[in-house]
Amino acid sequence: MIRIPEPIEDIVVNLLRLANTKLPEDVGWALEAAASWETNETAYSQLGGIMDNVKKAEFLGRPMCQDTGMPVFYVSGRMDASMEEGIRNGVKKATETIPLRPNTVHPLTRHNHGDNLGEGMPVIHYRPSDADHTEITVLPKGAGSENMTRLAMLNPADGTDGIKKFIVSAVLEAGGRPCPPTVVGVGIGGTSDRCTEMAKEALLRSADHVNKNDDERELEEELFTILNSSGLGPMGLGGDTTVLRVHIKTAYCHTASLPVAVNLNCWASRRATVRIYKDGTADYHQR
Amino acid sequence: MDERTVRGLKIGQTVYLSGKMITGRDEVHIRALSPNVKVPKGLAGATLFHCGPIVMREGEEWKIIAAGPTTSARMDKMGAEMIRRYKIRAVIGKGGMCDDVLRAMKEVGCVYLAAIGGAAVSLAEGISKAEGAEWEDLGMAEAMWRLRAERFGPLVVAMDADGNSLYKDVAAKVSTTMKAHS
Repeated sequence: MIRIPEPIEDIVVNLLRLANTKLPEDVGWALEAAASWETNETAYSQLGGIMDNVKKAEFLGRPMCQDTGMPVFYVSGRMDASMEEGIRNGVKKATETIPLRPNTVHPLTRHNHGDNLGEGMPVIHYRPSDADHTEITVLPKGAGSENMTRLAMLNPADGTDGIKKFIVSAVLEAGGRPCPPTVVGVGIGGTSDRCTEMAKEALLRSADHVNKNDDERELEEELFTILNSSGLGPMGLGGDTTVLRVHIKTAYCHTASLPVAVNLNCWASRRATVRIYKDGTADYHQR
Repeated sequence: MDERTVRGLKIGQTVYLSGKMITGRDEVHIRALSPNVKVPKGLAGATLFHCGPIVMREGEEWKIIAAGPTTSARMDKMGAEMIRRYKIRAVIGKGGMCDDVLRAMKEVGCVYLAAIGGAAVSLAEGISKAEGAEWEDLGMAEAMWRLRAERFGPLVVAMDADGNSLYKDVAAKVSTTMKAHS
C-alpha cells in the first residue's frame, strides 16, 4: 500500500484534539486515587465533579476546560524549517474546528487575531536527533496555573531546606487559583531560563514516572506529603488533595547560583504526543 | 436573585442556579468601571459569572461548548466597585476574592459561589441558552455573554453576605498546620 503522508498541520489538529478532549489515563488514575483517600466532603464532591466532567468531555469530544490554554510544543527528531509553518497552520485550523478558545493576544494592546497565533506564539521547542522518526508533543497550558509560576534565584547556602520552603510557599500561596489538585513541575539549577523550562518540561512526565535519582525522588515524595497534609484541598476549598504529583528536573548550575522554578499544572494536566515515521505512519499516545 | 435569598445563603452550602446570568472577566470589569460608559441592560442586579466560554455559532443560535469559571482573583482590584456600582447579587468563579470584595458583598448583599474549576463541559450542561453577547468587540473570552441557567452547578457558597469566607477559614487552617510542621 502506498501511504500518502498526512500534512503536519492535520497531525497537529489531531494532536490538539486528543490533548484537549481526553485526559491522560495516568492523571485520571491519580485523581481516582485521591478520591479514595479524601476525607473532606466538599473535596470529595469537587473530585467527583472533575471526574464526571472528564468522562463527558471525552464522550462528547469537547475540550474538558474552556481554557484550552496556550499550546506549548516540543518537537524532536529529524525536521526542516517547514515544521514551524505546519504547526502554526495546525493551531489555526484546530482553533476553528475543535474549537479552541482564541486566547492569544498582544501583551500591550490586548489585540486578538482570533486564531491563537501572534508574533512569537505558539511556543515551540526543538531538539534535533538522528532518530528514524519525528515526535511532536503538545502541552496545552491554561492561564490559571501558568499565572502562578514562580522563579527564585536562591543562594547556594539556602540549600535543600530553602528549596523546599520556596516550593511549598509557591503552591500554598497560589491557593485555589491554579485549580488544585495540581501537578507541580519543579526545575532546580541551570540558568534562570533553563530552570523555568525544566519546570515546565517536568509536567510532561506521566504520574507513574519514577525519578531515577534518589535525592530527587525523596524530595518529590516529601513535598507530596507536606503539600497534601496542608489542608488546602481541591479548588482551595479544603481537603486532603492539594497536589497529584511533584516532578523535579535538575541541571548543573553556576557555583554561585541556586535557581528554583515552580510551574504548576491544573488538574486538567493535558498532554499528547505523536510519533511520525518515515513512511508517514502517525502514532498518537498520551503516555 | 433577590437580596433576601442572597442573604439567606451561608458558606459551605451547595446550590444549583436557574435563571439569567451574564459573563464578565478582566475586560468587562475594566470597561464597566471606566468613565462615561454606557453599560448594557441586565448588568444591574446581575449574577456575574467569571467565565470566558467557548461558543460556536449554529445558524441563528449560539451554542455553548465549554463554560467553566476563571480565576476570580484577577478581578480583585475591581470587584468591590463592580458589586457596589451595579448591585451584583452573586459572583460565580473559582479561587475566591479578597477582603475588599468580601466587605462589599456584606454591604450590598452579594454572595460568591465557587464552581468547579475546569469542569467546563458539565457546567455547560446547566446553561440552557446563550442569548447573545454584549461588547462583542472584546472577543469570545472577554465579551459579556447573556446566559440562561437551568440547574447550573454544583456551586459551593464560598463567601457569604455575613462576611464569612470559606477560603479564609481554609487559609487559617493551612497556616496552623504548616506551623506545626516547621
